[in-house]
Amino acid sequence: MSTHPTPPETPSASAPGAEILLRALKDQGVEVVFGYPGGAVLPIYDAIFRQNAIRHILVRHEQAAVHAAEGYARSTGRVGVVLVTSGPGATNAVTGLVDALMDSIPVVCLTGQVPTHLIGNDAFQEADTTGITRPATKHNYLVKRGEDLARVVHEAFYVARSGRPGPVVVDLPKDILIGAAPYTPPPTAPHRSYRPQTEPNADAIARAVALLKGAKRPVIYTGGGVINAGTEASEALRSFVRRTGFPCTSTLMGLGAYPASDPQFLGMLGMHGTYEANLAMHGCDVMLNVGARFDDRVTGKLAAFSPGSRKIHVDIDPSSINKNVPVDVAIVGDAGRTLLALLRAWDADAAEPDRAALAEWWRQIDAWRGKDALRYTQPQTKGAVIKPQYAIQRLYQLTREAGRETFISTEVGQHQMWAAQFFKFEQPNRWMTSGGLGTMGYGLPAAMGVQIAHPDALVIDIAGEASILMNIQEMATLAQYRLPVKVFILNNRYMGMVRQWQELLHGGRYSESYSAALPDFVKLAESFHATGLHARSVDELDGVIRAMLEAPGPVIADIAVDEKENCFPMIPSGAPHNEMILGPEHEADAAGIADAGLVLV
Amino acid sequence: MRRESPMPVSCWCSSMSGEAGGGYRSATISVLVDNEAGVLARVIGLFSGRGYNIDSLTVAPVEDGGQRSRINIVTSGTQMVIEQIKAQLDRLVPVHRIADLTQLGPHIAREMALIKIVAPAGDKRAEALRLADAFRARVVDATTESFVFEMTGSTDKLDAFVALMRPLGLAEVSRTGVAAMARGPRAI
Repeated sequence: MSTHPTPPETPSASAPGAEILLRALKDQGVEVVFGYPGGAVLPIYDAIFRQNAIRHILVRHEQAAVHAAEGYARSTGRVGVVLVTSGPGATNAVTGLVDALMDSIPVVCLTGQVPTHLIGNDAFQEADTTGITRPATKHNYLVKRGEDLARVVHEAFYVARSGRPGPVVVDLPKDILIGAAPYTPPPTAPHRSYRPQTEPNADAIARAVALLKGAKRPVIYTGGGVINAGTEASEALRSFVRRTGFPCTSTLMGLGAYPASDPQFLGMLGMHGTYEANLAMHGCDVMLNVGARFDDRVTGKLAAFSPGSRKIHVDIDPSSINKNVPVDVAIVGDAGRTLLALLRAWDADAAEPDRAALAEWWRQIDAWRGKDALRYTQPQTKGAVIKPQYAIQRLYQLTREAGRETFISTEVGQHQMWAAQFFKFEQPNRWMTSGGLGTMGYGLPAAMGVQIAHPDALVIDIAGEASILMNIQEMATLAQYRLPVKVFILNNRYMGMVRQWQELLHGGRYSESYSAALPDFVKLAESFHATGLHARSVDELDGVIRAMLEAPGPVIADIAVDEKENCFPMIPSGAPHNEMILGPEHEADAAGIADAGLVLV
Repeated sequence: MRRESPMPVSCWCSSMSGEAGGGYRSATISVLVDNEAGVLARVIGLFSGRGYNIDSLTVAPVEDGGQRSRINIVTSGTQMVIEQIKAQLDRLVPVHRIADLTQLGPHIAREMALIKIVAPAGDKRAEALRLADAFRARVVDATTESFVFEMTGSTDKLDAFVALMRPLGLAEVSRTGVAAMARGPRAI
């Protein structure tokens, strides 16, 4: 720091690049940075050491830093910030960046770089970070001149949070961090080229309302875009759904935008969605998609996807519209603003919706609901094996009884789908999961980021025994910062979703999907200064969950569950929505779809 | 990057069974971008990463001070794919404007080529010169056993000339790719 403190009102005051960087972060409202030091970023760590405005959370692997920032961002609606060193620091972060890209999570990742004069020389810990992360980010920057530093950092935050949010990398050569740089405050003028449209087109709104008013079998299908558009968007969605009386379903990423307990909610749709949600999508005559992207997990076989419907698609990213599914009305705009515009236009339009047809549609939906596609049987005899669905259901019920604000993250696999099916979310921003990329190892670091943002909340990572091992080192981070994250492992001793696909599509040849040589998770927890618990049978389950919820610090609860349980309902890859496998009794049906489905994922 | 021959429409449509997308078409798209490091890699990476065709691509600074560059891309696909390409290009941060010249109406698309013929004195040499004259190609280099022609025109015209030169001692071709803009007062 300069011995002559520069007056803050001078916008062009010069200081070492690392200090200018921190000042820019502070002006962007950053309070927490998740990172890991290394040679190229030492000047930033030196500057961090000499200030108190920004808190640094030391993770144990750079991938976890990005997932933690994602958890922080997803649970707060703010931009998550990551700081990693050059070379391996940056390459380790790549999985997290792609995860944030696929799920549209705003993250700014600051990466160290070798000094500018060494770039291209294969210097120690040099990697072509902007080259490697170009397809892994929404945008990236290499700062080559000190005078660009502050402007680029401000722009990175603007790009990360604007339009469809996403990860942005700022690559910072070490000489730029050491050399003097001027400071410029966040710009007030619009960006020169990137100005996403947020206000919906009035004509499109009118056409959408005309379609919706005339609908006999409507469905509203919402996605992560509603969560990204802020809590106001969720409020607008609730108002619109209730005003119209239409059924509403949600993607994995959109859970919580509409309350799960509401009778108009059909549950999640897609590959492991409910029977009623998928059949409503298949049979509807008008579909309103808000902030979802017709992902292959949702559509199943494209050619047979909702064949009889007129489709309205609301998305802030024009490239998401007509990408997979051609639609009749395209509305580019922010989900919240568009929902409010739809609500106003709905109220202003004198036409009455077809209440009789709607009542008939609801009778049909209730008949589908009557199938109770999520049913399972849990024997309650002493010593009975725990069904994974039952474990999640009890976890849900006991957390509700505890009455605390609860956030759930997951890893990836069967446990993730069961969590989506059985844990009911009433509010947005409470559900952190890796949807698009399907990143095993996401849940623990994401939970860490959530707990940093919400220190008094109950944060639970619903995990599988295979996924949790992918970022288990973060238990040390939990210990260091006394983060009371609860890790709830559904331990079926298999990579369950792999095992399920092998059973259904590969003749039961369980190639490499058995979790051999598992650690003793209780001892593992204890070695990381956490509490270890385990439940082996159904009579032990509630006691373990209660002990976990009551423990003041981090906990790993190892729940032994039925090894053979499969996740149903299931639409096999390549099948349409109306060809669901409802349960074990229907598994034979999968054989006929195997050939087409084998090439898909 | 140049495709040897366009895929027949019928072949493409049968492989797109069940997907709406309309017929297969060529599109000349101009993109105005910030002239910053990596912008061309961003555009090319978008095409390769998403499996789009690039039939031709040109890029050069076009504004005073070299602040902005214009990229001209000739691509092909179904209408749905071409709309996707435009939407994907438009959301890149350094992209200012895009124009689908093929869709917007009449436009001019020109390429320049340098074409080397190696032919010692004789009929072939004379024939090459005659054809060059007919095609308005200029001789920009000559030795007793070779010529270099410079030729500007549409892609089709250049293709035709190159094909004619092949039996006459064609040794080397260097082409710029397409520069294009709309006819009339409309600007990008």
